[in-house]
Amino acid sequence: MMGGTASESAYRVLMGVLESRTGQTLSPNRIWRIEMSLKPVMQRHGIGDLDALVAALVTSNSRQLLDDTVDAMLNNETYFYREHSVFDDIANSALEHIHRINLRERRLTIWHCGVSTGQEAYSMAMLLAEQDSKWAGWRVDIVGTDVSYHAVGRARVGLYSQFEIQRGLPVQRMVRWFDQTEAGWLAKADLRRRVDFSVQNMLIDRPPLAAPADLIFCRNLLLYFSLPMRQKAFARLRAVAAPQSFLILGAGETVLGQTDQFVASPRLRGLYEPADQQVRHSPIASQAAA
Amino acid sequence: MSKSCLVVDDSKVIRKVARHILESMAFSVDEAADGQEALTFCRANRPDVILLDWNMPVMSGMEFLGAFNDLDFGRDDRPRVVFCTTENSIDHIRAAIEAGADEYVMKPFDRETLEGKLQLVGVA
Repeated sequence: MMGGTASESAYRVLMGVLESRTGQTLSPNRIWRIEMSLKPVMQRHGIGDLDALVAALVTSNSRQLLDDTVDAMLNNETYFYREHSVFDDIANSALEHIHRINLRERRLTIWHCGVSTGQEAYSMAMLLAEQDSKWAGWRVDIVGTDVSYHAVGRARVGLYSQFEIQRGLPVQRMVRWFDQTEAGWLAKADLRRRVDFSVQNMLIDRPPLAAPADLIFCRNLLLYFSLPMRQKAFARLRAVAAPQSFLILGAGETVLGQTDQFVASPRLRGLYEPADQQVRHSPIASQAAA
Repeated sequence: MSKSCLVVDDSKVIRKVARHILESMAFSVDEAADGQEALTFCRANRPDVILLDWNMPVMSGMEFLGAFNDLDFGRDDRPRVVFCTTENSIDHIRAAIEAGADEYVMKPFDRETLEGKLQLVGVA
């Protein structure tokens, strides 16, 4: 048996549905959780067990059931300033670099790919808002996309529970950028207007960016892809990356052995740059030497 | 060298839970049951961080913080203060920040939340 009480074929169908809709595969340590994850969906749709769910998916043509099923199998784990040293590096170095090279265009474009419920994009929005004078007169676009319509819906609303708001968010920023409501902690309108969220499958859809991305966050998403899908994903990230841009992956992720589209940044530890541009420029190094 | 934390809470259970989490993070832990006990401790010791309840008998967390701010720890050597309380309104949180708290944990909390807050104040 692959998981709990359902038939193996039911698990196979569900894994196939997830992969065809999102490109993600289920690792063995997530398979056993399928039944638990799908329980609320089955309750909502009046379905008794996983075999019945699979039967309903195959026979009913219900778009809502399909969306709910796929959504429930995704891992939407995220929090504010996740691995906060990454944000320190971005604030202190990557943004400085981008500010210099884009000074003429005065444009900054950030894409949060796999943004889930939005905390990462709001983290960047707060960071940039607190550097308002530096970016005055610039067009700053922060775009968050995710394949989960439920997560994107939550991101747009910007409402977080007490548990979520405390994860990684410094208290000073919490009181500055969020209002306490009966339903939870709500991002202020001034914060929400700084980020655009949309439902997208990064393997298929072109992100709604008005310009090539200077910073791309794609953290803890590619690990759910098979190697061929991961290679495809890297190619898609590269296609929208500005020549001198940075890619940020999750702490346990790397480009090594995965793609030749990006290489580790020689300037900023833990960040990646487009491979074809990386050797041609060394602005931070040359600025420092000048 | 391990970091030290003073847990100030009138609830024995909360102190025990906090001690358990902190010791698993390699902190050395001292305890105080109210603000007065904490103040006496801080006159003789310098913990790296103080985990501070709000409502306590004898001396509240806010009263402690007022007196604590008058202690002389030398420049850049002031222990970090993290409120850890069921007083979860934004007015309480603002008041705590104004009084000099470095971070704020709203109860109930779990290990991950506490660890994250201790990282934010630079002691974990």
